[in-house]
Amino acid sequence: MATVEHTEGSAAEASDGVRRRDFINIAAVSAAGVGAVALLYPLVNQMNPSADVLALASIDVDISSIQPGQAVKTMWRKQPIFIRNLTPQEMAAANAVPAGDLRDPQTLADRTAEGKPNWLITLGVCTHLGCVPLGAAEGENRGEFGGYFCPCHGSHYDTAGRIRKGPAPLNLEVPEYVFTSDTVVRIG
Amino acid sequence: MSFPWADEYKPKHPFMRWLDERLPLPRLVYGSVGGGYPVPRNLNHFWNFGVLAGLALGIQIITGIVLAMHFEPSGAGAFNSVEHIMRDVNQGWFLRYAHANGASFFFIVTYIHIFRGLYYGSYKAPREMVWMLGLVIFLLMMATAFMGYVLPWGQMSFWGAKVITGLFGAIPVVGEPIQTWLIGGFAPDQPTLTRFFSLHYLLPFVIAGVIILHIWALHIPGSGNPTGVDVKSPQDTLPFHPYYTAKDGVGVGIFFIAFAIMLFFLPNYLGHPDNYIPANPLSTPAHITPEWYFWPFYAILRAFTVDFILPAKLWGVLAMFASILLLFFLPWLDKSPVRSGSYRPTFKIFFVILIIDVLVLGWCGGLPAEEPYVMISQIATMYYFAHFLIILPILSLVERTLPLPNSISESVLHGEKAEAAPMGQTGGTAPTTTVA
Repeated sequence: MATVEHTEGSAAEASDGVRRRDFINIAAVSAAGVGAVALLYPLVNQMNPSADVLALASIDVDISSIQPGQAVKTMWRKQPIFIRNLTPQEMAAANAVPAGDLRDPQTLADRTAEGKPNWLITLGVCTHLGCVPLGAAEGENRGEFGGYFCPCHGSHYDTAGRIRKGPAPLNLEVPEYVFTSDTVVRIG
Repeated sequence: MSFPWADEYKPKHPFMRWLDERLPLPRLVYGSVGGGYPVPRNLNHFWNFGVLAGLALGIQIITGIVLAMHFEPSGAGAFNSVEHIMRDVNQGWFLRYAHANGASFFFIVTYIHIFRGLYYGSYKAPREMVWMLGLVIFLLMMATAFMGYVLPWGQMSFWGAKVITGLFGAIPVVGEPIQTWLIGGFAPDQPTLTRFFSLHYLLPFVIAGVIILHIWALHIPGSGNPTGVDVKSPQDTLPFHPYYTAKDGVGVGIFFIAFAIMLFFLPNYLGHPDNYIPANPLSTPAHITPEWYFWPFYAILRAFTVDFILPAKLWGVLAMFASILLLFFLPWLDKSPVRSGSYRPTFKIFFVILIIDVLVLGWCGGLPAEEPYVMISQIATMYYFAHFLIILPILSLVERTLPLPNSISESVLHGEKAEAAPMGQTGGTAPTTTVA
């Protein structure tokens, strides 16, 4: 009785027809509803990446053997990483383009570490639908802009890994990394 | 339970009477697919394809259950266990080829079933729910087929999974979390494979459930027919059994002949050879294509190459989903009171163009994303949407339709050849003075 008076107050009594049973109904259904939603959470969230998937150790890569003009592929977070040693011509080509004209405006300096403008480190995942672009290995198609070319839907990336032509909306993603020495880079 | 229009079920055998009073299952069967279901007498063979789709689902469930007994859903073991099925399991090759080609046949008969509905106006009142439930089944089929194709964990499996789940990444803000949630990581891997296996096993039974609703909704107004004229008297109908069980039997026979030809002589014709290469996350195949039954939609996805307010990628994804979701509104886009395309001379022309258009889309979807195919798929995509959003609404206002027969039995009396043809259009042998 007290509960009804406290929660419904005089408004409930003013509109006649609201009974104690209505309150019990609403309270019971609400409690059950909240419980059901709470139970839904683990059922949905179990599909998110599990702890072992999230526990991504950062990787150290020795880059001493990569000559200018060469690139290597490595794996990080189960995704390919491209590490590319740009030649002076490639850097010049990337810097020659006004960033403002690009779909995803970024300069080469934005995309490389300070003092290391020749090391272009990007995810090897096309920003269109996630294919691995070609161009990291010797003899692969590097596309019209000399960087990377995604064969799935024809996205062309330039020597700074920036999208220049094709359906991809963004530049190749640059992961977090630091140079622990002149020849070793830690990704992640 | 019984249907209001079904003929009364009167069991003769005392046991059947006893059973009927306690569990009226025989009554349900008799009233829905037995002698108690009156069906228009003029159905042609295009009305076989619903039964054939049900048969194809049955083949998929049976072969799928036995394949699951030998399959190992793990990143390291999936590919090898499929080879184990092909080489070591007794008749495993037969079961797997039947399952793989069965999926293709399921889509073939379903596409014919859908186009039957488009031509004869099967989506129109009072059968809108039948149509919409059918589209739900189609969407479930696509999800099931996609996840099934991932399971062998070959190159096309892996990259197909990556591209298709990547579609969700196109959605602004929530896209990437949804993509990560779907695959359980940052790239398809073990968690993706196990959840797809679980869902691939579940969804066919969900499809079976929606099929029951589809047939239930169909049985409220009853089957349509090639004239689109409503049933007016018992003269217009025949009992489903034995007339249409027999007619469906012919279709089932032809289905099995075609299925056997593919299964025994061309088992890999509809597949992609790259899927016999184990999945490699570091190497994208030169040319990723989905299975042939997704090609028209894949062409629509890739047709968008220019950013216009939204990124091109998002447009492609939206258009691809819209191409199917649009069909849910078809009963209200095509307001023509005449159901059957046989009495709509202009509609008939556009219907043929639509079929060609979808075939062109399918052809482009299987080819690399290069010119001129991108341009062709852009034009074909535009036409696809124009057909449903512009042509059909205008046609239903301006088209001069042909006179409908007064009844199904009247149209039948014109003779076999003229059965589905407009009255007075084809020279039937019988004089038209037979109208009662």
